[in-house]
Amino acid sequence: MFQLRTQAPEYKPDPYGKVEVAGPSDYPYRLNFYDDPPTHMVTLEEFESCAIDRLRVLGEIEACFARNRPPDERKAIVRAQCRKYLPLDPNDSLSRAQFEQRKKDHVGHFVLRLAFCRSEELRRRFIKAELELFRVRYEEELDSELESFLKTRSFGLELVDDAEKMKYAELLKDANPKNYVSFSKKVPPKDLAKERFYKVRWTRVPDLVEHRKVLVKGGWAYVPASEQSSIVFNELEAHLKTSLEATAKALPRLDEDTRIVPLLDHLSKGFLAGVPAEWDAEHSGEDIRADMIDDIARKHYPACARNLHENLRRDRHLKHFGRLQYGLFLKGLGLSIEEALLFWRRSFSKFTDDQFNKSYKYNIRHSYGLEGGRRNYPPKSCQQILTQDQPGAGDNHGCPFRHFSTDNLESALLAWYSPHGLTQDDLDEVTKIVKAGHYHVACTRVFELTHAAQGVKKGEGVSGDSVSHPNQYAAKSRELEKTHTESVKMDVDGSGVTMAL
Amino acid sequence: MAMQDFDHTAPEVILSFYRHLYPFKSVFKWLNHEHTPSRLFTHREIAFSLRGDIYIRYNSFLNADEFKNQTLKYNPERFEIGPVYSARPRDKKTVRPAMFTPQLRELVFDIDMTDYDSIRTCCSGASVCKRCWAFISAAVRVLDAALRDQFGYRHLLWVYSGRRGIHCWVSDDEAMELTDEQRRAVAQYLTVVQGGKEMHKKVNVRPPGRQSGRPWPLPPAVRDALDILTEVFVDLILHDQNLFERDEQWEELLKLIPDPDIAGSLRRAWNMDENLPSEEKWSQIKGKTKDLEKGSPERDTMMAALEDIVLQYTYPRIDAEVSKHRNHLLKAPFCVHPKTGRVCVPVDPTHIDDFDPENVPTVSQLMQELEAGKLQESGEEQGDWERTSLKPYIDMFEAHIINIMNEVRIAKRATDTSW
Repeated sequence: MFQLRTQAPEYKPDPYGKVEVAGPSDYPYRLNFYDDPPTHMVTLEEFESCAIDRLRVLGEIEACFARNRPPDERKAIVRAQCRKYLPLDPNDSLSRAQFEQRKKDHVGHFVLRLAFCRSEELRRRFIKAELELFRVRYEEELDSELESFLKTRSFGLELVDDAEKMKYAELLKDANPKNYVSFSKKVPPKDLAKERFYKVRWTRVPDLVEHRKVLVKGGWAYVPASEQSSIVFNELEAHLKTSLEATAKALPRLDEDTRIVPLLDHLSKGFLAGVPAEWDAEHSGEDIRADMIDDIARKHYPACARNLHENLRRDRHLKHFGRLQYGLFLKGLGLSIEEALLFWRRSFSKFTDDQFNKSYKYNIRHSYGLEGGRRNYPPKSCQQILTQDQPGAGDNHGCPFRHFSTDNLESALLAWYSPHGLTQDDLDEVTKIVKAGHYHVACTRVFELTHAAQGVKKGEGVSGDSVSHPNQYAAKSRELEKTHTESVKMDVDGSGVTMAL
Repeated sequence: MAMQDFDHTAPEVILSFYRHLYPFKSVFKWLNHEHTPSRLFTHREIAFSLRGDIYIRYNSFLNADEFKNQTLKYNPERFEIGPVYSARPRDKKTVRPAMFTPQLRELVFDIDMTDYDSIRTCCSGASVCKRCWAFISAAVRVLDAALRDQFGYRHLLWVYSGRRGIHCWVSDDEAMELTDEQRRAVAQYLTVVQGGKEMHKKVNVRPPGRQSGRPWPLPPAVRDALDILTEVFVDLILHDQNLFERDEQWEELLKLIPDPDIAGSLRRAWNMDENLPSEEKWSQIKGKTKDLEKGSPERDTMMAALEDIVLQYTYPRIDAEVSKHRNHLLKAPFCVHPKTGRVCVPVDPTHIDDFDPENVPTVSQLMQELEAGKLQESGEEQGDWERTSLKPYIDMFEAHIINIMNEVRIAKRATDTSW
């Protein structure tokens, strides 16, 4: 744990053992695995400022994730933030500031560990943001420095020998076909015989296995040197996880003189404040009744919810993840548990009361936090819908922009949104965005097109942002309708303007 | 004395089944990996499902006897097995929530016939026949090979789910210790058919296309499966199910053909001839592909599309959610399926093609056998199952358990150097 002093060591005897003075030799590299906490003196002021600057960067990273920024954009933002608050110069830089920068990086990381170790949720978010920061820096690092940095740590990697490599040559190529084909004359294809492969238990690289990026044989993953970063990131993640848990256990025994804990409290709140909260059902205004849903669905639903609603009406049933996604969306819309039970009961009209109560009621109540673990689950965000619980062969949930084939998407959009001004000609634009993989941008464009009559212009999106949550889409749509009808009313009255004046 | 009829839904029949036939000792050893009770058993959640949809979770037992006695007391319709927790599940209410987390759990897979409804013609919904069981047996062959060859697991137990599906339990130490994240990785790795109802092309496992228009080869993991599945495709999809017979069926197939000219000409031809068998349609597609210039990007694209079609119609469709979380409950082997009355017996993956769900003993049949046996010799209660058709299944289960226990014993001997 920390050695913390606000005054020079000679002022009072040191009860903690030797206090070292950090020197440039402590930080031979820009990157840091954060194995050992700083053992040198840190003033209280430094303690706070290092942490706050790092927090600015981590907060921005979290905001990027929350806003669904594509990876390239995210990297650019993180890089800019790092230059501003946490610059790290390479060894050969003339700035001579390397030592101070690296010390700040080191101290900041460990202070934030103290602030964010205290709950499972905080630990998870902190690790996610720290990993992203490390990843961006890792990719920026110069090859020469990276190589010697990696040598400082043993990853327990076993090099695949030539005989084994040749035995699996074709399979190794097929696992990463892109590496062995020439894209242009400038970039020659890799030579398998010269490429290094590491053999690790597959459990150390679950992300590579999940996406079938490596050959898996007998429980071993054959990781090409080009994917080595994955081993490094997984190692850091595991390391941070165990260290944070250890810190959490040690924290109550911190020898503290009432200066640090308030500061740490303050820091962990700062992390929360910097990020737009999950969609909050409490703010969505007036009550909604079960019999209003059809009307709202026609007028205000984004494609994902509309699809689920149409399927529910047609089949009088939805599969588990469909019920979950739609049920939580309805909760976000403001449907109370009583109205929700009524809505689902009427919708599942092919079932008897008995069947409904047995098979579905519990789940609906569970999603409102009234059963089991009693967690009040938030409605799913676009990020979650796009990446979690991918729909299987007979499922209806998910994001239509992502999970429909192009022709089905086009006909569905026309059927749902042509009454609101979407035309055949708009579809080309939308599908083009979909093909580029920007599903939430496509959804935002549909929102703009279908709300043009209420004055939403191209590029304006949902209050200036792209759609990141289905409930945000629906709420904005309802808000627009309300203000629109009110202004129309005033125009008809004629007296509205004078009244306002 | 007339042979008595046993109703498999009657509580007293199930109770009698638990008392005389259910192999509690074996299930204990299978979960515990050794003879003396360890945390693997004492910290393990068992959840009882009683009649009337009452669910009693977080039971745990000290040994096989207590396990049996409690089961007899509750007489559940069926029961499910959960993870090994960091504390005894029965103490859940008294320990801090942070101290009660799932630690170990067999890696499990669940394949259910309902996920095949869009590609089977013989039955639908809950019913299953010998013909559609072929989908399950193809899935078992592919998954069994993948788990053994690629992941190196050795202790796989396949269990018939009692009606229309099959479960797999992997008991290797490394599999027991997997985190949820790692479990998700295996499940995704073994999920090839994806995309909801509204997506035509459900197999997208190749890396995104390249500039020359040529497709990339299949990842090695999927290629291994393709060798098994090509044969299955011909026998099952083309011959047995005749899956491209009707308009809407072959229309689905044509949507997967990337070349619009080929798809168009086939559509015209097939519209003319209503009785063209599926096999003939498939060989016409193959013929059109062979007509393309050898080595051309167009031909390569068609070849890749044909491979993807085979996968889309035959690759195992696992219920990935079951595999992803340590704390997912799964029905215990040898329970009785409440609807069919059939016992959830282990299945030998090397003879999966010979397995017929309709030959699996039902609880009524077993009770009759037991009754008939009692008439000949009376008194002895232990090992009642020896006299019923449950015997070969319990023998198979015991052989599986001996393999697991041998490994544990060898590992223990290696670490114990006290002698």
